[in-house]
Amino acid sequence: MQEQKLTLEAREIRVEFGGIRALNGVDLTLPNGAILGLIGPNGAGKTTMVNVMSGFQKPSTGEVRVDGVVVSGFTPQQTARSGIARSFQSARVFRDLTVEQNLTVAGLGIGLSKKAATEQARDILDWIGYRQGNDRRCNSLPYSDERRVSIARALATRPSFALLDEPASGMNERECEQLMEVIVNIPRRFRCGVMLIEHNMQVIMGVCERIHVLDGGRTLAEGLPEEIKKNPDVLRAYLGDKGTRHHAAG
Amino acid sequence: MMNFVQVMIDALALGSLYALVALAIGLVFGVMRLVNFAQADYITLGAYSLVVPTASITPPLLFGALSPALMILAVIGMVTMLALMTERIAFRPLRRSDPATLLISSFAVSYFLQSLLTLVHGGRPKAVNIGGALTQPVEFAGIRIPGVQLLTLTVAMTLLVALVLFLKKTPIGIQLRAAAEDFQMARLLGVPANRVIAIAFAISGILAGTISLLFVIQTGLLSIGMGITPVVYAFFATVIGGMGSLGGAVLGGMVVGVASALLQTYLPADLRAFRDAGVFGLVILILLVRPQGLIVTGAAKERV
Repeated sequence: MQEQKLTLEAREIRVEFGGIRALNGVDLTLPNGAILGLIGPNGAGKTTMVNVMSGFQKPSTGEVRVDGVVVSGFTPQQTARSGIARSFQSARVFRDLTVEQNLTVAGLGIGLSKKAATEQARDILDWIGYRQGNDRRCNSLPYSDERRVSIARALATRPSFALLDEPASGMNERECEQLMEVIVNIPRRFRCGVMLIEHNMQVIMGVCERIHVLDGGRTLAEGLPEEIKKNPDVLRAYLGDKGTRHHAAG
Repeated sequence: MMNFVQVMIDALALGSLYALVALAIGLVFGVMRLVNFAQADYITLGAYSLVVPTASITPPLLFGALSPALMILAVIGMVTMLALMTERIAFRPLRRSDPATLLISSFAVSYFLQSLLTLVHGGRPKAVNIGGALTQPVEFAGIRIPGVQLLTLTVAMTLLVALVLFLKKTPIGIQLRAAAEDFQMARLLGVPANRVIAIAFAISGILAGTISLLFVIQTGLLSIGMGITPVVYAFFATVIGGMGSLGGAVLGGMVVGVASALLQTYLPADLRAFRDAGVFGLVILILLVRPQGLIVTGAAKERV
């Protein structure tokens, strides 16, 4: 199978939507094996950043590189083929297919035989803790299972880097804890790096080795979770806006 | 009671026929966002391939003169090639354009094929007799069933089952269903776009070829517009079934087919002319109650 890549870098990323700067010179590095958190208040540019890194948005200037190879001109399909998988906020599981088939499609896509793709699908579903029946169709899955399947499916493409867009949204506390355990184990199990975009600070602080904070399209801070928690700029960015995000400092 | 069984077999035969056409339209719509109106002309062309191109209204047979097995192969093969060719020439270059452009392109293909047929076969309807023995009624447990209805039902059901197995069990079938539901997501996961689209068109060609044969055996008539009615019905079927849902297309086809056959039988003779109005009324009613169709999938929703 394809060999795992070592680093995913974004350099000087700027994105403008008709005069409005969504991102303004962001640098970010995701080494294979690491778990990086990407946080920031609403409108900070997190999703734009994920879109740039997964080929859904071409940067106005700046480059995305995988092991030094520029991928920022690639289509989303080409980007995926160069080892970057992403999950979506809206999960986007194939509702017409069974849980297992959702992952089988991903396995077939990297050239596995149907048998191998099915076996891989079962392994990953078992590993991720999905126990509700692999032959269940995805049109009736509970929300948290839908998210779990979409993460499992992204991993079934055997990516070098997995970008997870708000995987915990809508999950209750117990489900969040299960999810954290899953995410912590992704780098070792799949030999890949994880970038986690998340509003839930408990999840971010619990699993990330480093955290990158965006605010207004710029990098506000990057560092270890302990440093970010105490960073006065970060606290101001979160608590300053309407005071609706008290949990953010926790 | 006996009469009712006969009517139900009629209804199911028509329903399964529409289900096949609807499935062809639904598959192509799923992978390309294209409502392919040229589907009607695939059927028509398949039927006309049975006879030698002349201006005569009782033309000599061409594919129709072959042995049954060869005739079936030749007609279905020809229509499948035609479907693949139109995909290659008229639709693939436009794959990235918006659905309206694709729709216009399908009208262009449709008119082109109709004009071509008029040019080489003349515009007048023709009579053709194949499978004459099949029109004999079959007696079964005291019920007389027209052989054609039995044949239609058998062929349609066999094809439906074969297609379902293909879509559920084979790797390309699973990929095709994924692509039909969320094409972009499927591509991200490595589903080969050109291959699944070509397969969808090939299937729509196989279905169109089969339907053209069943039609000609049933009616013995060829006309330039013969494919339009079933395709319009099938289009309604995919809409009420839920655009993008293959199960919905089959269900929708059954609903309009059965409704049409039942209205044909049970409406008072004076009102029978309004059969289609009744079916379309039912379509409107279903859409009022369930605007997304009977079966909702991700394809009908907004895409990220």
